Amino acid sequence: MSKVSVRVQAEDFDLGAELAALRAGRTDIGALVSFTGLVRDVTAGAGAISALELEHYPAMTLRALGAIEAEAAARWPLRASLIIHRHGLLHPGDQIMMVATASESRAAAFAAAEFLMDYLKSRAPFWKKETRPDGAHWVAARDEDEAALAAWDR
Amino acid sequence: MTVLYFAWLRERIGESEERVETSAATVADLVAELREREPRYALAFSDMRAVRVAVDQELADLAAPLAGAREVAFFPPMTGG
Repeated sequence: MSKVSVRVQAEDFDLGAELAALRAGRTDIGALVSFTGLVRDVTAGAGAISALELEHYPAMTLRALGAIEAEAAARWPLRASLIIHRHGLLHPGDQIMMVATASESRAAAFAAAEFLMDYLKSRAPFWKKETRPDGAHWVAARDEDEAALAAWDR
Repeated sequence: MTVLYFAWLRERIGESEERVETSAATVADLVAELREREPRYALAFSDMRAVRVAVDQELADLAAPLAGAREVAFFPPMTGG
C-alpha cells in the first residue's frame, strides 16, 4: 500500500525528520530516495540573488501536486512518497522543496523521484521572483523543463 | 465567475482576484472581453503564448468552454521546484 502525502507551507522542513517519519514502523522499504531544492545565490549572467519570493495558487496547488504524485504511484511500485513545497520569502541557502520516494528497490525510487521533480517544475502552480542587483524579476520557465516532461510520455 | 491572476499577470492587471459577469463561451472569448476593458488587460494579454490558464483549478487551453465554470485563473508558465 502506497502512502502519499503533499504539504505546502511557509515554514522550513527538517529533511532527516521527514525521511524518518516516512519509513517509521515499516520494513517493506528497501530504497528511499530524496531530492532537496535550495535557493542558490547566482543565475548565469544575472548577478547575485538576495531573495526569492515564491507565489502559488493555493486552491490548485494541492490538487496538482496530488495528481502528480498519484501518477508516479501508478507508474512505479512505490511504498510511499512525500512532496513538501514552501512558499513566501526565501533567501540563498534556504530549502525550497523536497520530494522523497520509497520503494522495494532503488530503480523505481530514483525514477519516480526524477519524474516528480520534472512534473513539479512545469505543472505545479508556483512562480518565482528573484531579487537581483538590477531589481526584482520573475523567473522564466525553461524550455529544458518542458522537454524533460515530454520525455516521460515517449 | 471569479477570475484570478498570478505573478506578472497580477502585477500588470493590478489585482489578484475579481468578479467578472460574462457570457463568454470559451477562455479565448473571455480574454477578448477583458482586453477590450482597459489597456492594462490588453497589455497583460498581449502575448497569449506567455499565458497559461486553469478553469476550476485544472489546466486548460484557450478553446476550453466556460459553461458552468466558477473560477478561471491566468498565470505565466509555472516555475516550481
